[in-house]
Amino acid sequence: MARLTAAAVLAIIAAAPFLPMGGMRQYALHVLVQIFIWSFIGGAWSLMGRFGLISLGHGAFLGAGAYTTTLLWNFWGLTPWLGVLVAVAGAVVIGLVLGYPCFRFRVVGHYFALVTLAVGEVVRLLVIAERDWTGGSLGVTLKASAGEASLAAIQFADKRVFYYASVVVWLGGLWVWRRVDRSMARSALEAIGEDETAAASVGIHVTRFKLAITVLSAALTAVGGVLYAQYFTYVNPDTLSGIGVSLRIVFAVVLGGMYSLLGPTVGSALTIALSEYLRVLFGLKFIGMAETIYGLVLILCIIFLPAGIYGSLRAAIARRMARRRAAPA
Amino acid sequence: MLELRGVTAGYGQFTALWGVSLRVSAGEAVAVVGPNGAGKTTLMRVISGLVSPREGDLTFEGQSLARLPAHEIVAHGIAHVPEGRRIFPMLTVADNLKMGAFLRSARRGYRDSLERVYTLFPALAERQKQRAGSLSGGEQQMLAIGRALMSRPKIILLDEPSMGLAPVMVLRLFDLIRRVREEGYTILVVEQNVRQILKLVDRAYLLEVGRIKMEGRADELSEQDFVRKAYVGL
Ligand SMILES: Nc1ncnc2c1ncn2[C@@H]1O[C@H](COP(=O)(O)OP(=O)(O)OP(=O)(O)O)[C@@H](O)[C@H]1O
Ligand SMILES: [Mg+2]
Repeated sequence: MARLTAAAVLAIIAAAPFLPMGGMRQYALHVLVQIFIWSFIGGAWSLMGRFGLISLGHGAFLGAGAYTTTLLWNFWGLTPWLGVLVAVAGAVVIGLVLGYPCFRFRVVGHYFALVTLAVGEVVRLLVIAERDWTGGSLGVTLKASAGEASLAAIQFADKRVFYYASVVVWLGGLWVWRRVDRSMARSALEAIGEDETAAASVGIHVTRFKLAITVLSAALTAVGGVLYAQYFTYVNPDTLSGIGVSLRIVFAVVLGGMYSLLGPTVGSALTIALSEYLRVLFGLKFIGMAETIYGLVLILCIIFLPAGIYGSLRAAIARRMARRRAAPA
Repeated sequence: MLELRGVTAGYGQFTALWGVSLRVSAGEAVAVVGPNGAGKTTLMRVISGLVSPREGDLTFEGQSLARLPAHEIVAHGIAHVPEGRRIFPMLTVADNLKMGAFLRSARRGYRDSLERVYTLFPALAERQKQRAGSLSGGEQQMLAIGRALMSRPKIILLDEPSMGLAPVMVLRLFDLIRRVREEGYTILVVEQNVRQILKLVDRAYLLEVGRIKMEGRADELSEQDFVRKAYVGL
């Protein structure tokens, strides 16, 4: 049953670019690509978040990823295929520099969140300060490659290419999430999330597990940043690092539910759809209105659905199924 | 089996243990007693690698333990039941026990260990699927001890197992600890219930403001005037 549903959903996703959508096709594809990219990034974030490692600075990894490939391409013409390796390495280094001291000296909970918040801001300020390279707060445009489409430069005029690319990356993210979910590391990290001293006392190498999941999350987030940069061909410090984007990632995941495979996807899809809808509805009339409503919806969700929309829905369905199974007996 | 020689340790500038020497032989049960703030918990944390000693020697079966991190010390066969029942409250009883066998060496004998723990603590067997946080205080302490046994240790360190338990529960718990002992485990236990613990162990150390003030066989120690007045309350 679940397999069948999954197959059907995948078939729809695969066929989406060819469905009749009138003049809406380009716009719809654009929104969908964003949903897949942000879902992937949200999933990467939730790898840490679900174990109580709340990062409010994932913009650091995102920005590091996006800027690394963009600048390497613009200045040295290095293909993003190699650039992404450098980008991931960069994000991993940031993750280690952030994580090692925090985990070694037991910086946990709110304090950890604050440290990550600062790291995200530092990356944003660095990008702004290094304006000769990075274009400062105006951002930088990815230099166009020759021709309509270039595989080496990962630039394609046809949105469908990015659509499928983002789907593949998103599926890869889900696969990693599943792998972690079914591993021994999951139990270890859950134990650590509950009580670090107790975890250490049963032989869990607390620092190593926390660092490993941080590095994994950072690396995937950087990949998301690279994909974002290649798709938009424009990066700027406010949309890719700093507090704003970091919180957006957190909100989306919390909304959808960080403990379930598809929670981050549902959350990202809802937040993107909601902000698109509000943007179209209010246009430029009430600047800030969209954000306000968006914020309110979030607060309500956090209070009433702590497991997230998708997480709560799944739990409710599971309960009903259990009751139905129990009833005829 | 376990030997500390002149161990000095503390937190930052603060020194909680001053040149402490202590020995536990295989098969023995040894208690450390002393007033609040004496450094008993710190002593346990030094042995289990949660606090590293500043000076002194720490050996287990002839191997030095000083500066090994906590997870490697467990692998050597030392299981620490920390103060205050640090179980994993959101996990079920069964999952808590499973975590106790996290180490590869412990995972091999998992079924066997589990059976032993459930035989020792039938109350846990009945509550396998229950969330650990919903157990009573005494059951949580049993779980903490059971979880330690799951790592197939050679020695277990118990830090104030009776803390916060009702008097009846304390008696039952001490009974259970006696049974754990009879299973052949070596035990080092910290307690404030001096009178009762002295009935259970072979030897005891008296720790005061970070220094060993007295040591001896449990029966002799409980006869000493000083201990009787200060701790046993007779
Ligand atoms: N994490 C810590 N940081 C700084 N000082 C600490 C820390 N833990 C304990 N101490 C100090 O070390 C000294 C010894 O504490 P310890 O917990 O070892 O005592 P204890 O004998 O276990 O006391 P109790 O019977 O109350 O459990 C105390 O003065 C305490 O204030
Ligand atoms: Mg103590």
